Amino acid sequence: MADKQPHITGKGLKIAYGDFVLMRDLDFTINRGDIFIIMGGSGCGKSTLLKVLVGLKAPAAGKLIFDGRDFWAGTREDRDIIMRKAGILYQSGALWTSMTLAENIALPLEQYTNLTAAEIRDVVSLKLDLVGLAGFEDFYPSEISGGMKKRAGLARALALDPDIVFFDEPSAGLDPVSARLLDDLILEIRESLNTTIVMVTHELASIFAIGTNSVYLDVETRTAIAHGDPKELLKNPPNKTVERFLTRGEKGN
Amino acid sequence: MAPQAVFTCPTPREALVRFGGEWKISGGMPENRADVIAAFREPSFDKVVFDARDVGGWDSCFIAFLVRLTEMCRKKGVVCRFEHMPDGAQRLIDLAFAVPPREGAARKSSFVPLLDRIGEKTIAAWNAVSNAKDFCLEALASLGRFFRKEAVLRKADLAAAFQEVSFDALGIVSLICFMVGLIFAFVGAIQLKVFGAQIYVASLVAIAMTRVMGAIMAGIIMAGRTGSSYAAVLGSMQVNEEVDALETMGIHSFDFLVLPRLLALSLMMPLMTVYADLTGILGGAFVGIFMLDLSPQEYFRMTVNVLNMRNILVGIVHGTVFGVIIALCGCYRGIRCGRSASSVGEATTAAVVTSIVGIILATAVITFICDLIKV
Ligand SMILES: Nc1ncnc2c1ncn2[C@@H]1O[C@H](COP(=O)(O)OP(=O)(O)OP(=O)(O)O)[C@@H](O)[C@H]1O
Ligand SMILES: [Mg+2]
Repeated sequence: MADKQPHITGKGLKIAYGDFVLMRDLDFTINRGDIFIIMGGSGCGKSTLLKVLVGLKAPAAGKLIFDGRDFWAGTREDRDIIMRKAGILYQSGALWTSMTLAENIALPLEQYTNLTAAEIRDVVSLKLDLVGLAGFEDFYPSEISGGMKKRAGLARALALDPDIVFFDEPSAGLDPVSARLLDDLILEIRESLNTTIVMVTHELASIFAIGTNSVYLDVETRTAIAHGDPKELLKNPPNKTVERFLTRGEKGN
Repeated sequence: MAPQAVFTCPTPREALVRFGGEWKISGGMPENRADVIAAFREPSFDKVVFDARDVGGWDSCFIAFLVRLTEMCRKKGVVCRFEHMPDGAQRLIDLAFAVPPREGAARKSSFVPLLDRIGEKTIAAWNAVSNAKDFCLEALASLGRFFRKEAVLRKADLAAAFQEVSFDALGIVSLICFMVGLIFAFVGAIQLKVFGAQIYVASLVAIAMTRVMGAIMAGIIMAGRTGSSYAAVLGSMQVNEEVDALETMGIHSFDFLVLPRLLALSLMMPLMTVYADLTGILGGAFVGIFMLDLSPQEYFRMTVNVLNMRNILVGIVHGTVFGVIIALCGCYRGIRCGRSASSVGEATTAAVVTSIVGIILATAVITFICDLIKV
């Protein structure tokens, strides 16, 4: 991709719970078509940063430019309009437990498109096919396994053909083969729809396999201490912490 | 052999602690433990050697004691040296200090002076009031969106909510209200029989049930079975990130989750109240006919004589208000639920308690108002 267009830009973001500052002075750029990885130790605030990016939590300071617009300056309605082009896969899948998988995926379609019921049914089947859950339309979330819930959650995140998808630890709790398949699926989605992917993950294998850009959040200094392609970061680590993380502590001690 | 820790100061600036014996969790701590710790509180030395050459067996209890002393030393700038430590023990100590404690993460000490505590509670209570007010305003806004047809909710959810508070609740409401009517009749009959006026049991039951008791019983049953389930369902949706998923999809979680429940309870409670009145009267009739030997016609006539629209309407007003209170309390507790399994339990309990308190307070207020306007 020659011409890189910024999709999301953070400028001096500060995230905090009350007086408890998690991160300050975060600057980063997520370009269109990137697979952007948010890395960092446990409890450093990755999930919270994701909440700021998707509009669930306001930053304590700084600016977030989303699609050229100041995301947090507008009203909730403005943010909803921006988020309509985004899909989110939550750590637990977060499927609505009182609805079948088909109804889960159909809800955003009913909401934001003018498709007829039959057309919606077709789109729903297609999405379930894509994530390998063909035939599970009428199952309830409680009747499928954890990995299947994640895939169903992905199908819902993809319902409206978003141009950006956020993932919180997609491979946590999956066996290595399923994790790999999920990675392939993510790559496939990006290749076919040129979707931007923002992902929190600890899986080194997937970080190197699919990541094209990243930011490393450091617990100690409470800022981002590395930014860029994870493969480059591994070759020329900017500091010991990042080197330790990327080599599972084998180097950089 | 019992664990031992011997504290000595061979030179004024250097201390020595010699450990010996069996340091096992099952064997307890050395008797002079407090003295050793006291010596470290205001140390006169600036170097200390921990010597473990006589230690026989050890487990976490030994490490915990050493770590405690080492931490005290670090705070006072005393240099620690470990000698003749068992190999594993040295490694565990290093491990314990490998990750520095996160500054600001420790919770404040639990001792709070009385005045501070009163202040904190007052502020918390004030915040709770303003949160509840915001929630009610949001409910109004949501109703507004519903009537403008902007609210997003599924008809299936609405239907399920209505069924849950009407049809599904009939059994328990029948049972309880029948019993309450029965009890009223019994208690009343004991007194009235003295005057040979058992026939007035019919009036007693009819007036009591229609004016408040039907509504109160229906309200308490709904608080217990419906309010609590609202809190539990919404609370676990909150824990499961399902509420976040709705919000980020641009769907007001309030419209989608709270509105159907609020509508169902506040529209069905009036009907449930009337139903509760009827079963209560039936319960009274059961006692009147089978125990007091009143004829059914007579009982029926007496009941109809005292039944009036005013009392029934007052009862219905009670019921409707209770429905709104129960739905709001249940949903409020559920939506504001924390993110753990235990907070769902707390939310459920709180929902029932606040609903019942609300029901009693509302009864008092309505009774007072009725008295003012003479109905
Ligand atoms: N609702 C909250 N209120 C206060 N503090 C919170 C809240 N949620 C999280 N935190 C704190 O914020 C910090 C970061 O949490 P977060 O969930 O963002 O971490 P994370 O980087 O995603 O960790 P992990 O990799 O373990 O998922 C934690 O230290 C936690 O104590
Ligand atoms: Mg997380």
